[in-house]
Amino acid sequence: MAIRRQSAILGLLLAPATLFLGVFFLLPLLIIALFSFLTPGLYGGVEWSFYHWNYGRIFGWADGIMEVFEPVYLRILWRSLSFAALTVLVTLLLCYPVAFWVSRLPERSRLFFLFLITLPFFSSLIVRLYAWLLILKPTGFLNSALMGLGLIAQPLEILYTPTAVVLGMVYVMVPFMFLPLYAAVDNLDRAQVEASMDLGANRVQTFLKVVLPQTLPGIMGGAVIVFIPSVGNFIVPDILGGAKGLMIGNLVEQQFLSARNWPFGSALSMVIMSVVLTVLLVAVTRARKTGAGHA
Amino acid sequence: MDSLLEIRGARREFVTPEGDRIAALDGVDLDVGAKEFVTLLGPSGCGKTTLLRAISGFEALDGGTIRLGGADLTALPPFRRPLNTVFQSYALFGHMTVARNVGYALEVAGVPKRRREAEVAEALDKVGLSGMGARRPGQLSGGQRQRVALARAIVAKPRLLLLDEPLSALDRNLRQQMQIELKTLQDRLGIAFVFVTHDQEEALTMSDRIVVMRAGRIEQIGAPRDIYRRPRNRFVAEFIGETNLFPVTVDRVEGPTALARTAEGVELLLPAAGRKPGEAITAILRPTDFTLADKGIPGTVRSAVYLGSDLHLFVAPAAGGPEIRVTARDGQAAETGAAVHLAHDPARVHVLEGG
Repeated sequence: MAIRRQSAILGLLLAPATLFLGVFFLLPLLIIALFSFLTPGLYGGVEWSFYHWNYGRIFGWADGIMEVFEPVYLRILWRSLSFAALTVLVTLLLCYPVAFWVSRLPERSRLFFLFLITLPFFSSLIVRLYAWLLILKPTGFLNSALMGLGLIAQPLEILYTPTAVVLGMVYVMVPFMFLPLYAAVDNLDRAQVEASMDLGANRVQTFLKVVLPQTLPGIMGGAVIVFIPSVGNFIVPDILGGAKGLMIGNLVEQQFLSARNWPFGSALSMVIMSVVLTVLLVAVTRARKTGAGHA
Repeated sequence: MDSLLEIRGARREFVTPEGDRIAALDGVDLDVGAKEFVTLLGPSGCGKTTLLRAISGFEALDGGTIRLGGADLTALPPFRRPLNTVFQSYALFGHMTVARNVGYALEVAGVPKRRREAEVAEALDKVGLSGMGARRPGQLSGGQRQRVALARAIVAKPRLLLLDEPLSALDRNLRQQMQIELKTLQDRLGIAFVFVTHDQEEALTMSDRIVVMRAGRIEQIGAPRDIYRRPRNRFVAEFIGETNLFPVTVDRVEGPTALARTAEGVELLLPAAGRKPGEAITAILRPTDFTLADKGIPGTVRSAVYLGSDLHLFVAPAAGGPEIRVTARDGQAAETGAAVHLAHDPARVHVLEGG
């Protein structure tokens, strides 16, 4: 009886979350999955008949002609994945040493630094990205400064290039990488580091054999949290990217808003989702194998 | 005696958050023999852990030198020092198996896998953990983890093993068993152990010599019996074992015995050698030095604590002054409130010069 009542209460408590996710997450997802197999309507929307060339188009056969193979969308997907991977790598390299430095600060400065890290969340992303636009444009702050110092003669062409997109994404994602990394580094058992050195391992060996495996959960956490939104990001390439910085997220946005091809946009979304899920599954499984049994 | 470890004039200062300077090591000299079990004993903050960490290289010295087998270690980083440590928290690598933990020192030194496996098996055997190599530290009990830490520290065959309160996390029975095992292991390995503890019983059980420390200084170095029977000062006397301290004035000397009296009038007999009437000294008597008898110091039992083999009594002297601790043996019984007489052998009295 008691167990039955407990599970009834548990069900009641979980109901709001289940309902919310069901209505606002699962249902839209099912709609997208369904739409991706339907015929595009003439002025947006869908015609209720099966159509598989949405996917065919993504993989390179545009509009049902087998002879014409042009994988332009795969190339954009690949670019998005590599930009996202690059963003993960750069944020990781930036945040990892800083996490160690912060974890050794005295309590007060540490809390202040953590506050600084969360500070960007207090203002709008769009405004912050426009600030980058002002910094990076040919007559912007960066170029004026470099030219003023006599380091360059011509303004650097950074804005509307892939560099600007990755720079912007790194900027946006740094806090998401830092926080899980910091948690892992702060949890690191310093006695184990000492034990390693005591047993004759130099600093590099100690880092590779003890520190890295111990902080791997944080690295994986940060990588996942940065990678997923980076792949589908469309705001950063929209503002800083230009034509060469176009990412898969922009494509989806365009299909729904300007091109009014909902089924194609849905198919793109499904492909992005499955690719990201696959990448994550592989990464997490491998990490678990390396860090198995880690207490 | 040939000394393996030589520490000369070790000094280390810390600055507290309040800005005060504290000497954690205030000019420490210490020699440890090649097969010696030396215990650093003292209350927390006495500098024993700092001294151990200075030997292992995790704490730099402000002054002084540390030599091992004639080689100067003072400036070497921890991983270049040919000694190993058993850490208080064991500090086992949670992401590695027991075997890889134990073989870590050999792995980083580049010992080939086959030889490494043989030596890991040997080290695990020495600590009684044969066949446990495939487990993870998280699957072991506290006592087993302790043994893994021990095996890991001896696998590279160091000439000196440092142990930082390694038994403090174990329960009493296991701790006593491990004390004996550690001593046996040290004899078998034929290497030097430097053991840090704040537990005087642990120090007395295992050590060849005990180093009693206070406030960054060595108060006394000696064999357990020396330290217990002939403490050099009040601090050592009170830190090691239970003690009765009597500030007395020598009254008269009669043949081989001298009679001395506390301010309240409690009378003690002590060896006459070197005593002069009128001299103020401190007489030390352990609780076991007293026996319940027909004559001696008269007093009343204030409380009696039965501890299985012993009966601990707190006796208030009839003349006044602090209660005297007495351990009654051989089935002697005394109840609270009973009037007793405490007799003692003058030869058992240890004298500290001064009041």
